[in-house]
Amino acid sequence: MIRKLRSRSPEETKAWGRRLAPLLFPGAVIGLEGELGAGKTCFVQGLAAGFGLDEREITSPTFTLVAEHYRGRMPLYHIDLYRLEGGEITELGLEEYFGGRGVSVIEWFRFLPPGTVSEYLLITFSFLGPEARELTLSARGVAYARVVEALGTEGSWQDE
Amino acid sequence: MSMLHQPPLLILGIETSCDDTAAAVLHGNRILANVVSSQDEIHSPYGGVVPELASRHHLRDIVPVIDQALKTAGVKLTHLDGVAVTKGPGLVGSLLVGVSMAKALAAAANLPLIGVNHLEGHLLAAQIEHEVAFPFLCLLVSGGHTSLYVARGRGEYELLGATRDDAAGEAFDKGAKMLGLGYPGGRVIDQLARTGDPTAVRFPRAHVKTGQYDFSFSGIKTALRQFLHTQGASAYRVEDVAASYQEAIIDMLLERLLLAVRHLHIRRVVVSGGVSANSRLRWRLRAAGEELGLEVYMPSLKLCTDNAAMIAFAGAWRLACGQRSSWDLGAFATLRL
Repeated sequence: MIRKLRSRSPEETKAWGRRLAPLLFPGAVIGLEGELGAGKTCFVQGLAAGFGLDEREITSPTFTLVAEHYRGRMPLYHIDLYRLEGGEITELGLEEYFGGRGVSVIEWFRFLPPGTVSEYLLITFSFLGPEARELTLSARGVAYARVVEALGTEGSWQDE
Repeated sequence: MSMLHQPPLLILGIETSCDDTAAAVLHGNRILANVVSSQDEIHSPYGGVVPELASRHHLRDIVPVIDQALKTAGVKLTHLDGVAVTKGPGLVGSLLVGVSMAKALAAAANLPLIGVNHLEGHLLAAQIEHEVAFPFLCLLVSGGHTSLYVARGRGEYELLGATRDDAAGEAFDKGAKMLGLGYPGGRVIDQLARTGDPTAVRFPRAHVKTGQYDFSFSGIKTALRQFLHTQGASAYRVEDVAASYQEAIIDMLLERLLLAVRHLHIRRVVVSGGVSANSRLRWRLRAAGEELGLEVYMPSLKLCTDNAAMIAFAGAWRLACGQRSSWDLGAFATLRL
């Protein structure tokens, strides 16, 4: 299942994250894709706010690879695989985060070794302009298709 | 030493918050040993830190690294006055290796144990080498952190602002990547920028609505992308683009720092963290210091990057005033000062 959303600004991108948060369940895996500056971390800040976390706690985890946030409604594992580009990763040990009590959100999802997770929600951010972005949601698995369904598209800005 | 001072303590420091396994022995301000087993070799195929590998290699390295530190310092465990260990922030799995080891050693040798906030280590690192009186401002800039603190006394720290997205070191790395330069980006940009014109391209200096001392480096990343997409790559020299990009990052760092100098009337400034190795940042800081009559301190690089000497140092004063961590000391992924 694939659905496209639009955002005119970083604030709107954050708002989509906030709206997604209450629809997620323990063990959920959200993959994020998009070029540098496309709005991935910004989206996670919205998601965190939706979890009841202080969104200022969310900064890029590129350096540490994982940032664990336990103060929200559910644990939020913010994972950033940016630095893994070009590496042959066979065992990362990230499995501990998946399917557990918390939600894992993974930037640069494509660097996850293939087959690590079979069901997930992938969100791809692409540039429409300096501020505007398109978010393409694709669900793998019934549970994630339901999430996308429940999120809807209301409020998504469309061209006239 | 005045009569008011206690005799200097002999402290073992242990630090495993990220990719480096580190141990140090400190006697007062004297560094007797400062061992960092950089995992760069292990991580280099990945270009970064791999969490599971990190905790596994901390496990492998922790004993030899501590042994090495004690041997270099020429002290035995029983000579020590205490053990200080990083309790956070960082990766829980990695932190736990250090915390468990520190507990075991302290229990075995009947030594007091103190858990230290990694950020306090960075904040006080300059005081190991220099007499830096309180209050001072501390700009902490590295691959993982960009924050501005005011330290009014030991244990009295206030976070004025921090990055809302990328760390400054990360902005350098990602900018270098977009420019097709190598890794580590900070060093490559620093080198190229020396022969570039920092006024060639005007990149935006972001202001953050939520806090006058907060930083944001995602805008400049996007601006560089737009620039590279709209201008022909050949229209500008890469040296000029690198210098302009670097200048924008440094401007944003210094603007907040100098704003705090003006508003808080604090004229003592410490810059710590790996990015403080940037030659242009150091030059601009010295220039600003001379112009405004500031005392500027930059710890030597081995104390700027992650190390255990700063952990021992930050733990020492707490132990000296009787603070102890209990045996159920844990590790904390997020921990504020």
